[in-house]
Amino acid sequence: MSTNTTKGGTKPISSYLYKHARVRLIGLIGLPMFWIVGVYIFSLFLLLITAFWFVDPFTSKVIVGFTLENFISIFTVPAYISTSIRTLLIALAVTGVSVIFAVPLGIYMAKIARPWVRNALAVAITLPLWAGYLVKIIAMRLVFTEQGFFNWALAPLGISGPTFSIPIVILTLTYLWFPYMALPVFTAIRQIPPNLFDASSDMGAKGFTTIYRIVLPLIVPAIIAGSVFTFSLSLGDYLVAKFTGGSTQMIGSIIASNINLNPPVAAAFSMVPIAFVVIYLMVARRTGSLERM
Amino acid sequence: MYVPLLVLILNSFNQSNISSWPIETFSFTWWEFAATYQPIRTALLNSIIVATGSTIIAAILGTLVAFALKGYEFFGKGTVNLLVVLPIFFGKGTVNLLVVLPIALPGVVTGVAFSNTYNNFLSPAGFNIGYFGMIVAHATFCIVMVFNNVFARLKRMNPSLQEASADLGAGLWQTFRLVTFPQFRTAFVAGALLAFALSFDEVVVTIFTAPPGVDTLPLWILKEMSRPNQASVVNVVATVVILISLIPVFISQRLTRAQDEGK
Repeated sequence: MSTNTTKGGTKPISSYLYKHARVRLIGLIGLPMFWIVGVYIFSLFLLLITAFWFVDPFTSKVIVGFTLENFISIFTVPAYISTSIRTLLIALAVTGVSVIFAVPLGIYMAKIARPWVRNALAVAITLPLWAGYLVKIIAMRLVFTEQGFFNWALAPLGISGPTFSIPIVILTLTYLWFPYMALPVFTAIRQIPPNLFDASSDMGAKGFTTIYRIVLPLIVPAIIAGSVFTFSLSLGDYLVAKFTGGSTQMIGSIIASNINLNPPVAAAFSMVPIAFVVIYLMVARRTGSLERM
Repeated sequence: MYVPLLVLILNSFNQSNISSWPIETFSFTWWEFAATYQPIRTALLNSIIVATGSTIIAAILGTLVAFALKGYEFFGKGTVNLLVVLPIFFGKGTVNLLVVLPIALPGVVTGVAFSNTYNNFLSPAGFNIGYFGMIVAHATFCIVMVFNNVFARLKRMNPSLQEASADLGAGLWQTFRLVTFPQFRTAFVAGALLAFALSFDEVVVTIFTAPPGVDTLPLWILKEMSRPNQASVVNVVATVVILISLIPVFISQRLTRAQDEGK
């Protein structure tokens, strides 16, 4: 310690920071927190404020004021209600489909597949995550377009594929966000000690019972972590609906079409996904699922 | 999962104007066209500028957060008053949540929030953020990429090396440069590459934050998708986007794995 104090004379800043952990912490976290809270969270807050403003019907300029109209319209205009419900159902469906595919895949990868198959699958799941959001939408469009790959492949069977509609939207969204579900689920299943499986089968449980009563409860945090993404990203999406959904409208479509015409309505509508996601994240944090992201 | 992407890449060699399957004539027509078409080149340049700018910002901020959380773990145990003052706002979980939020919230919300701030608050106040607004928005959701990578590495690093360095008389900067940074350099680069890839193919936030008349590559694709005429060029550009996003990710995974195996 004595050398440290003598050095303190030559490097005053370093030794001051060494001794004052709190100053050091604030120094480290100050700038990033200013960025995230001061820029991002503050922007979200301003968005909330804008949601109470309104647009002058004649000049269509944004008027600073206070009105609950925008929020009331979310809950009263039939088109808005049906869009919200439709979006919610689509997001739930995407999450559900992702779970249904992710759990068996995860069990197969973690417990049955040989190591090289497992690694290959892990890479195979991760890479498309990075192939680009828009690119994947175009790809799905190419596959399911009228003269596309899907109809061509099914033509010999005499079937013609679905046209752009809600099922294709769900399929495309699942295609986009599936890795977010598959990876945490796979990691969680891999962490289950093998002797739990042995114990379960020793006690006479069949494969399905083991999955239902041993595996599922243990991977719930991972499923929640994954569903934050599958659910919230689907909830806010609108380009998928625009390009693969035919005339399907989602919450995002309403936000996007109002952002220039009527910013307050867009702002109010943005609060819907925010509310869902924040609640979801709170729950996820409680279960410790955030660590798995 | 790969079939649609393959269909897309093959279609970029489709000579016909409209994408269809099966492909009748393969050619490089659209690749040649794309390479010399000025709007595409401008958009590519914009994408690179935005991705580079936001990666630099995200790399710095993400690393700072990672260090702060790591330091908090280290000092939080002993320092009671620290635990009393900060956790309400800057508890570990909250910080974590704040970093994840920009990618967990749908892009449309993030985009609308920034666009609203720029157009309804900054603009009326006489401050036009323009091009830089795009970089700010991108940097915000890229922070988490750098943070995740660097934090994971820091957790496994031995803090006594830094102590030793300080005991030997090195200042903080010297310790950071010579002792700490080399230990997490690969994680840092890996995270930055992921941030670059993320920014490069981001589209929803970009739609709302790009100043009028400025296109990034994905934005150009999006506009082109609404017109059926040049569908095949879109496939070419989309293939380029796949490659430019996948190469950094590939290198990044290589780096992470090499380091993990080296340990």
